Amino acid sequence: MPEATRNVTSQVSDELEEGIPVMQHILDNPFILLFLGVVVPTVLYVIWGVMEIIGIPIAK
Amino acid sequence: MAVNRMFRTCPMTGLRVHQPAEALIKANAVAAVVSLLVGGVLALLVTLTRWPAVHLLPADWYYLVLTAHGINMLIFWIIFFEIAVLYFASSTLLGCRLAAPRLAWFAFLLMVLGALINNYAVFRGDSSVMFTSYAPMGAHPTFYLGLIVFAVGALIACFVFFGTLIVGKEERTYIGSVPLVTFGAITAAIIAVFTIASGAIILIPTFLWSVGLVDHIDSLMYRTVWWAFGHSSQQINVSAHVAIWYAIAAILFGAKPMSEKVSRFAFLMYILFLQIAAAHHLLVDPGLTSNWKILNTSYALYLAVVASMVHGLTVPGSIEVAQRAKGYTKGLFEWLRKAPWGNPVFSGMFMSLLGFGFLGGISGVILGTEQLNIIMHNTIYVPGHFHATVVLGTTLAFMAVTYFVIPAIFRREVSFPKMAQWQPYVFTLGMTMVCLFMMGAGTLGVPRRHWDITFAGNPLGFEFPGMAFLMMGLMGIGGVLAVVGGAMYLLVTVHSVFLGKKIQTPGFAQVRVVEGAAPAPAQPVSAALQAHGGVGAWSAPGTFALAMVFLTAFVLYYFINWNYLSTVWPLR
Repeated sequence: MPEATRNVTSQVSDELEEGIPVMQHILDNPFILLFLGVVVPTVLYVIWGVMEIIGIPIAK
Repeated sequence: MAVNRMFRTCPMTGLRVHQPAEALIKANAVAAVVSLLVGGVLALLVTLTRWPAVHLLPADWYYLVLTAHGINMLIFWIIFFEIAVLYFASSTLLGCRLAAPRLAWFAFLLMVLGALINNYAVFRGDSSVMFTSYAPMGAHPTFYLGLIVFAVGALIACFVFFGTLIVGKEERTYIGSVPLVTFGAITAAIIAVFTIASGAIILIPTFLWSVGLVDHIDSLMYRTVWWAFGHSSQQINVSAHVAIWYAIAAILFGAKPMSEKVSRFAFLMYILFLQIAAAHHLLVDPGLTSNWKILNTSYALYLAVVASMVHGLTVPGSIEVAQRAKGYTKGLFEWLRKAPWGNPVFSGMFMSLLGFGFLGGISGVILGTEQLNIIMHNTIYVPGHFHATVVLGTTLAFMAVTYFVIPAIFRREVSFPKMAQWQPYVFTLGMTMVCLFMMGAGTLGVPRRHWDITFAGNPLGFEFPGMAFLMMGLMGIGGVLAVVGGAMYLLVTVHSVFLGKKIQTPGFAQVRVVEGAAPAPAQPVSAALQAHGGVGAWSAPGTFALAMVFLTAFVLYYFINWNYLSTVWPLR
């Protein structure tokens, strides 16, 4: 691609970056979403559930 | 290593398709359809056994066939197709090259190998442990090994998808946010990563247990962690088929979501809360507290349910707005009456939306309510619910989009167009009967995964009311009809892909695109698929009327079940 076109694309993209709300930054970052999407159910469902099962007294 | 940068611009849609991505989409789609074929034949056998008047298979074969049916349909068919969707939604919609195609082929081979190993284990006859494979019921080690190998392949494919997002961003093939359909695919991939990680946590120790290296697998621990894999795997489907709904609305109508912001937020609710719906499988298990059960179902899950209702409103709403803009403004429903009901892409998608919402969604909330769950837990109501979500919702949406994929990606005309036109209707009618009558029989207490509800020859018999047998019979008729609809889909698809007429486009060529090239000028379909921003209009009265019908049905059915619960344990 010609250098000039590349610079224009880059400039448009940089201008877009400015003034983007925080929430959109979060939604635009798939790795933050991946982190949240793994941590939330892991804590609420898996870790909490496993801790409850471990806490069950063993029958004598 | 040289990077393949060969693209073609699809003459039908204007989308730029990366050569290796196209080949991988085709391979995964074909593997998916083969799994559907295997699972579909098995579905017929299961149906004909649970149809009391036919009762086809002996007990051992029934449990074997049911195990293979469950895994081929719920895991292999769905996930192969979803990987194809991920590659399409990343590489094709972002107009960028697929990251690491060789790794993607390696992932595909692992998935195929895993599917073969697992099927081998089941058809050996000593692994009829059902989809859930609850410990301490043990299967042959290759059963778990097959699932693990498949899951590793799927996980690698998910990371190829994430890598492709980075490639698109780095090479600036798109500017700003990814398109909404790609965002839906990101949601599906994130849920897939959680699902596969949970599967690894429980299936690897279970595999080691099956070969004698681990002494004991705690059954409650197994059930709790396994469902983070087993149920979440179905949430990947939900995200994927919702993304497909948005895609089809854009492809056929040039529709924009009513509010892109709201739709993205609804996907975020999926990312955060959809997976924990798995807890509803454990609502009657002792050992887990009500705090854990209620937070994971009746509180957090409802946020994901609201998200589904948002998608269920905004997809038809966006179609209505687009149709009204074309002049279909008479009354509440002219936009819907004049929709292309003869096009299987639309009819399949719209019936998927209705089936998922009215049957799958409402029954899911009932099952996710701790008090109500006890009425239907482990009855055939549960498969009634998930056939509505996974088959009417996901499979039908996947079938619908196939009729778009055949000309767009495989470059073939759809064979037997009349049959293709009728296929979604036949399949929907059959599967709706299956779901409704399963739920009806389940409400009367008919158990799921049970070879003989007459309990013939057992010392402690039980007699179900005649209505239960009638419902199981009607379920059988619906099941056969659904299998016919599935066979129509397979015939059309396989014939089109391998023997269908090639679409010839003058001047068609693969073009090498240099690094950082700007996207090709967008044509209408690609522009709609890649566009941003909502229509900024909420003038969709027909959709709101439909939403009111839905909410009325929801509230009525919810309270009918509470009333039913009060008759199960009357307070005197």
